[in-house]
Amino acid sequence: MSEDPLRAAETWKSQGRKVALATVVATWGSAPRPVGSHLAVDADGNMVGSVSGGCVEGAVVHEAQAAMEDGKTRLLKFGVTNEQAWAVGLACGGKIEILVEPVG
Amino acid sequence: MKAETLARLNADRATKRGVVLATDLASGEAALLYPPDFASPFGPQAAAAAREAWRSERSGKPEGLDRPLFLNVFAPPARMIVVGAVHISQALAPMAAMAGYDVVIIDPRRAFASEARFPGVMLDFSYPDEAMARLAPDRGTAVITLTHDPKIDDPALIAALGSEAFYIGALGSKKTHAARLARLAKAGFDAAAQARIHGPVGLRIGAKSPAEIAISILAEVTAHRRGAAEPAEG
Repeated sequence: MSEDPLRAAETWKSQGRKVALATVVATWGSAPRPVGSHLAVDADGNMVGSVSGGCVEGAVVHEAQAAMEDGKTRLLKFGVTNEQAWAVGLACGGKIEILVEPVG
Repeated sequence: MKAETLARLNADRATKRGVVLATDLASGEAALLYPPDFASPFGPQAAAAAREAWRSERSGKPEGLDRPLFLNVFAPPARMIVVGAVHISQALAPMAAMAGYDVVIIDPRRAFASEARFPGVMLDFSYPDEAMARLAPDRGTAVITLTHDPKIDDPALIAALGSEAFYIGALGSKKTHAARLARLAKAGFDAAAQARIHGPVGLRIGAKSPAEIAISILAEVTAHRRGAAEPAEG
């Protein structure tokens, strides 16, 4: 069974690590993970949970680490993959909105 | 989110206390809102929206609030009450647990309901009428009877029909089920009440082995929990 991201975030925080939490707050069309799904990230890029089943996690981790540094929350939107534009996105054709916030 | 808020949320989840986490998408400020009044520093609009999110068990960003809130509903886990510590239950209990249910097996027959046969599963050795009164099934509960024994199954079904259980199923052939419904009719349950009982239990997938029957039951329970069920067959 996969680990629980909210518990992982609490455990990491209690160990003195920097932690950010990403949460799916809205979806349009076919989205890989439902609203309310979490991904916990630490400063070293360790991850527990998922917000997209792998499509946008790389970009979310990057923003999560930025959030740990500046202490600000972010609202990210991802749409369909655009290979020409080299942008990350969702191959399934859906759109998702993700809240990224520092913990602590 | 503050570390204290996260710790409290995790404690609520561990103790199966339902809560709505409200997060201001602009400021990142977060609060935990509890039923029944969902009071918080975010005020009455947030409370009303949280009440609706809680009722529909739907997380999201409600429209028309005085601030942009995301409401994440943490409902207590669904429960599955299985009557009968039989072969099918040995497969069904771990499968249902993996699917997120808190499983309880009721069977007053100690020879069946042993911890060796059901490692890690909560067992209740009392008679179903007592056990059901204590467990108090609610709208987040599925009740499934598997003993074939009317002395054990019927009291559980009667208790389930008196509750808001989202799914009620009973193992047995069509003939067994017809006899069961006739007994329930005598006990005063009308056609609408009888129609709440799924019998024969489970989706028709040609299940033969206990594990396959468990799959068919869990599939039907899932369809009801997620609002995708076909209308009951007559």
